[in-house]
Amino acid sequence: MTVLRARRGVLVAAATAAFCAAGSALAQQKEIVVGVQCDRTGATQTVGVVLCPGLHDYIALINSQGGVEGHKIRAIEIDHEYKVPQGVESYERHKKEGAVSIALYGTPHTQALTAKLTEDKIPGTSPGFGTAAAADGKRYPYIFPIAATYWSQGAAAVKFTKDQLGGNLKGKKVAYLFYDNPAGKEPLPILEDLAKIEGFELRTFAVPAPGVEMGAQVLDIAQRFRADFVITHLFGRSPSVSIKEFKRVGYPLRKVVALVWGSAEADLEAAGGAKVAEGYNTLQFAGVGTDYQVHKDIIAMYKKQGKQPPEVMQSTVYYNRGILIGAVHVEAIRNALKAKGGNGTITGEDVKKGFEKIKGVTLGGLMPPLEITPADHEGGGWVQVFTVKGGKLTKQSDWFRAYPEVLKKHIEADAKKS
Amino acid sequence: MFHRESGYFKTTYMADMALYPLPIARWTVGVLVAVFLVMPPLVTGLTGGIAAEYYISIVNIIMIAVVGALGLNILVGYTGQISIGHAAFMSVGAYTAANLAVKLDLPFWVTLPAGGIMAAAIGVVVGIPSLRIKGLYLAIATLAAQLIIEWIINHVPWISGGSQASIEVPRPTIFGMELRTQRELYYFLLFFAVIAIIATLNIVRSRIGRAFIAIRDQDIAAEIIGIDIFRYKLIAFAISSFYAGVTGVLYTYYLGIANYENFLITTSIDYLAMIIIGGLGSVLGSIFGAIFVTLLPIVIRLFMESFGTLLFTTAELNNIIPAVRLSAFGLLIIVFLVLEPEGLNRLWRNVRSYFRVWPFSY
Repeated sequence: MTVLRARRGVLVAAATAAFCAAGSALAQQKEIVVGVQCDRTGATQTVGVVLCPGLHDYIALINSQGGVEGHKIRAIEIDHEYKVPQGVESYERHKKEGAVSIALYGTPHTQALTAKLTEDKIPGTSPGFGTAAAADGKRYPYIFPIAATYWSQGAAAVKFTKDQLGGNLKGKKVAYLFYDNPAGKEPLPILEDLAKIEGFELRTFAVPAPGVEMGAQVLDIAQRFRADFVITHLFGRSPSVSIKEFKRVGYPLRKVVALVWGSAEADLEAAGGAKVAEGYNTLQFAGVGTDYQVHKDIIAMYKKQGKQPPEVMQSTVYYNRGILIGAVHVEAIRNALKAKGGNGTITGEDVKKGFEKIKGVTLGGLMPPLEITPADHEGGGWVQVFTVKGGKLTKQSDWFRAYPEVLKKHIEADAKKS
Repeated sequence: MFHRESGYFKTTYMADMALYPLPIARWTVGVLVAVFLVMPPLVTGLTGGIAAEYYISIVNIIMIAVVGALGLNILVGYTGQISIGHAAFMSVGAYTAANLAVKLDLPFWVTLPAGGIMAAAIGVVVGIPSLRIKGLYLAIATLAAQLIIEWIINHVPWISGGSQASIEVPRPTIFGMELRTQRELYYFLLFFAVIAIIATLNIVRSRIGRAFIAIRDQDIAAEIIGIDIFRYKLIAFAISSFYAGVTGVLYTYYLGIANYENFLITTSIDYLAMIIIGGLGSVLGSIFGAIFVTLLPIVIRLFMESFGTLLFTTAELNNIIPAVRLSAFGLLIIVFLVLEPEGLNRLWRNVRSYFRVWPFSY
């Protein structure tokens, strides 16, 4: 008993010492800290295990090239299991570590932290999730969607549909198959509005949680409603199920376009391989594939360290989104440091202004022509369409955006509502 | 706490019925209250303002969880009615309060009890099946309630405030002071956590609490000795849901937003885990469970961050920590339950009774 107790005492002492050591080591380094929230174990873990390494690899690449204006960046990742209390805890932890910007992850987390970020003056990014109305930088000064919101995605999907159906939607039937949660329903007002403007018939088909049972809805779309085109907005396991179901009822996948979270290699694989999904159209807010300079640089960085590049690099859809998030944070910090003339201390407020100056960063086509301004935190709402061709996601369109006037009207109306 | 009971003689009924009959127990509680009152300035002094915000934020989340766990323990631990719909009642409270706060501009001291009462009303309705069914069957009935309430909130814009199903609420204000920082919210949450603890302590030793325990232990016998089972089961559901509703309101004010995705079925399961680990049918157990479930992942992560770098690179650690955290969490729960199936509360009592006669063995 005494031995045990003594041993336990040693352990506790060692633990305490280690905590203190870690703390003091932090205080000495002159680094810029970026908080990264991630979900590697929760409901959307298929995204997190690929996206977060992409972000880290990009930051490591920047650090290996000498950092940003001579400053190293430290990205502290905390896995919040897609749970909101953990998300709040990890935010406070990032704040404690002195984070100047935070890469948020998850719609409920973004909403729960919006007020805190604004009070603490720390900018947070929410690419591809969060509230669409947050594109309004005047109303949400510290939230940066930095990529097409669900509203922009919905508008872009309609634009793509129109192009595919010969440039006219009058009298056409468009089905909207969506995951029945707030994120799934978010594009609805835009789609409804565009249905009136373009004169097409819109019918919505909700898929209840957990989203793996949609046989009836798909059959309905294909055989009763006989849709001319289908827009899907699904998450997690459900995109792959939708591909299988469309296949089963014989609906051509070339007439299906998925919003950004139904469009990864993993979804195609889960549906039975990319060959099965031939023709499937996907919206992307970052480039897909390995054919970018930054990929080669990251591989070279790993080779130089004598390591193999990680396998997740092959899942380019989410990996490249991770790179995009990392790049936007790095650019914002670069702008902030430049504005300060390169001397050390920058605050969240400086980085916020840095975000608002981002323009013309493209990473060789991996990123859209983002232009973030104090009024537009979305940076334009650009997307690209990639289509499965010959077992691969191939670029189908250039960066485009659609119906900006309709989106503007909705953002303004939403601002008035509250 | 560690004390002996001999030598105290009660001469009045008042003394006999006191919540803490022994002077030393009163002292302990007094010291605890003092510690909690001075904690924020103390932590701030020790660690600095921003770090203190972090530590206090953990305490804040725990305090909210304590209220919810107490409520669930009244229903599951004391009355023996299994519920998997606890998080749904939280969302009822959260949305009631958020709608009242935004649409009618009411302050928190109106919306908070209103949220609780609304949840209690819904809880009574959900509790009706408990009059006919027990055990796993009741669990499934409450599971249905969880899903139905989720669906309704998600699909009725009048409740959910639009397709995002989230309502931003203003920060709570007391005497014109807006509570924003973690330290300010700390006292706000502490006040309600303490009220919840005291109320539960008193409920479970009153006639109502005894009736709950009688129903849990043997409902037929309870009915025969004159306990109106119909009434008391519904009271249990009402009280438990009231706590859940208040928890939801506290979450809403703490986060500044009501969002139904905070209150999904996984949250219900987390709360069940809290009371099972802490100890069913015990107030202290609910508190231990809430602390354990909230704190354990954080501690495991801190531990891994400090020691993991000895073995792995940071990139590897990012991948390993979440996995280790989940498996260690599961493993520790099993270890604790094997060690003491009656939960942390029983472990604590064993420690106490050991020291009560220390240095003798009995």
